[in-house]
Amino acid sequence: MINRYRWYELLGIYAGIFVFLCFILAPFVEGFLVSLKPLGLLFSSPYRFWPQNGSFAAYSTMWVSVPGFARYIFNSFFISTIVTAIVLILVIPAAYAFARFNFRGAGLLLGAFLAVNMFSGAVLLIPLFRLMRTFGVLNTYLAMIVPGVAFLIPSAIWLLRTYMMRIPRELDEAAFVDGASHFYTLRRVILPIAMPGITVVAITTFIGAYAQQFIYALTFNSKSEYMPLPVGLFAYFGRQEVVWNELMAASFVGIAPAVVVIFLLQRYLVSGLTAGAVKQ
Amino acid sequence: MSVQRSTVIFAWILLLPAVLYVTVIVAYPLVDTFILSFTDASLKKTTNWVGWANYDKIFNETFAEVIFRTFIWTFFSVSIKMIIGVFGATMLNAAVPGRALFRLLTMPPWIVPMAIGIFMWGWMYNGQFGMISGVLQNLGLSNGPIAFLAHGSTAFWATIITDVWIGVPLVTLYMLAAMQAIPQDLYEAAWTDGAGRLYRFRRITLPLLIPSLITMSMLSLIATFNSFDIIWILTQGGPNGETTTMIIDTYRTAIGSKKYGEGAARAVLICIFLSIFCFAYFRVTSRLAAGEQK
Repeated sequence: MINRYRWYELLGIYAGIFVFLCFILAPFVEGFLVSLKPLGLLFSSPYRFWPQNGSFAAYSTMWVSVPGFARYIFNSFFISTIVTAIVLILVIPAAYAFARFNFRGAGLLLGAFLAVNMFSGAVLLIPLFRLMRTFGVLNTYLAMIVPGVAFLIPSAIWLLRTYMMRIPRELDEAAFVDGASHFYTLRRVILPIAMPGITVVAITTFIGAYAQQFIYALTFNSKSEYMPLPVGLFAYFGRQEVVWNELMAASFVGIAPAVVVIFLLQRYLVSGLTAGAVKQ
Repeated sequence: MSVQRSTVIFAWILLLPAVLYVTVIVAYPLVDTFILSFTDASLKKTTNWVGWANYDKIFNETFAEVIFRTFIWTFFSVSIKMIIGVFGATMLNAAVPGRALFRLLTMPPWIVPMAIGIFMWGWMYNGQFGMISGVLQNLGLSNGPIAFLAHGSTAFWATIITDVWIGVPLVTLYMLAAMQAIPQDLYEAAWTDGAGRLYRFRRITLPLLIPSLITMSMLSLIATFNSFDIIWILTQGGPNGETTTMIIDTYRTAIGSKKYGEGAARAVLICIFLSIFCFAYFRVTSRLAAGEQK
């Protein structure tokens, strides 16, 4: 059979995978071991890989030394959820329009949306800062939500449009012949069928919002009660030194919800990620 | 009103919210950046028109060096991402037991909030207590601790490696999907003719992968050029500005020193470079699409 490997080929493949995954996972392994080491032993030479007197103490002290930590996790979730909701509200109708209607300038407009992808928020930070100040939303949740949404719209439109193009046109036409309005067709025919695609877009948008909320939070918000996780973690950077074991413990606690989501939804994730990318 | 006309109106109604949003939050700031770059806007109450002064200024300073460094940084980061990504995808594409798990395990750097991954690397790069320096010393490859982020040349590579680490999962999964889209019968035909595994990889997989490779490099180029979090958290552009890329320099000028005008001029330059990349991207992908249809 074509897919049968000889023993040395198998060995080579597993060795390759091992090296590859070592690179990917090393920081997590190291980070986890650091979270187990008592602070005093952490700063000791020579370097030891395995923790001596390892304990989970940092996982309980981290809540004491940075009391706002639970709030940061909540903020991260809250911001990402609102961002995802707004993106979906904006993107579902737009993706449907791009997938179904051939109007003049459709290609150009889609190109313009995709071009948004090339500007990160960092480039537009100055006018965005002024804009947020004009809106009077600096140092509120909105300062982090509003710009976050804009930069997640393009990929969401692209993904969902690809998905909607696969829904047979006959369905809309049948509804239309029966006298359904455009809006009714979208709501009662397309939306239910597109639900799996919408779920994928919601997940990828949420992950994007959760992973990338650094620069706006750093620049547009200085109130600690609104800080999301990535910026909140800086609270473990003390005046003198960084409380590394608690920082790492807090990082793992902050990651945990995301990891759970990934394990539950990984099937959708891989297909969703690649659906818009590769022609079939 | 004709059916055709009402359909077009309906399409625009559907598009309107998203178009408006992006216009206000992306297009308007873009224009504003351009205008600001010709002024001396700062925290002062008054703003004056200064013409090309900001642009003159940045080219007289060390900015040319920053541009050059940004390109080198981006070039190495994207190339290494592509090499590791194709390698990883090839390994994960092999039909061996456990591959579903291995694929899942490549995702964490992409899924986890960027800042957290960067903190972990920050610790690994620590000279006294970090893993990399520690392992190198234990293996006898280094005589003393290496503080990777304290020296210009090592900090430069350290930030690249971290950027690669964050970008690799997406490249790997994308290349994996591209590999799986290659028709299986091509391999079977070659196999029947007695072609070995390496030969099949070189003559079937790689050539058919080139369009995806080009697309992904361009997307990766744009993302890497915009990379901010990694350098900012690890080195803030230091030591001695050796990891200062255009984005970092812009941030520092505009937000750090509150020189909005000068910062905007830098941002305009970044936009120009990005537009060139983007234009090249559309040219290349449309040419690839045209090639496919022949």
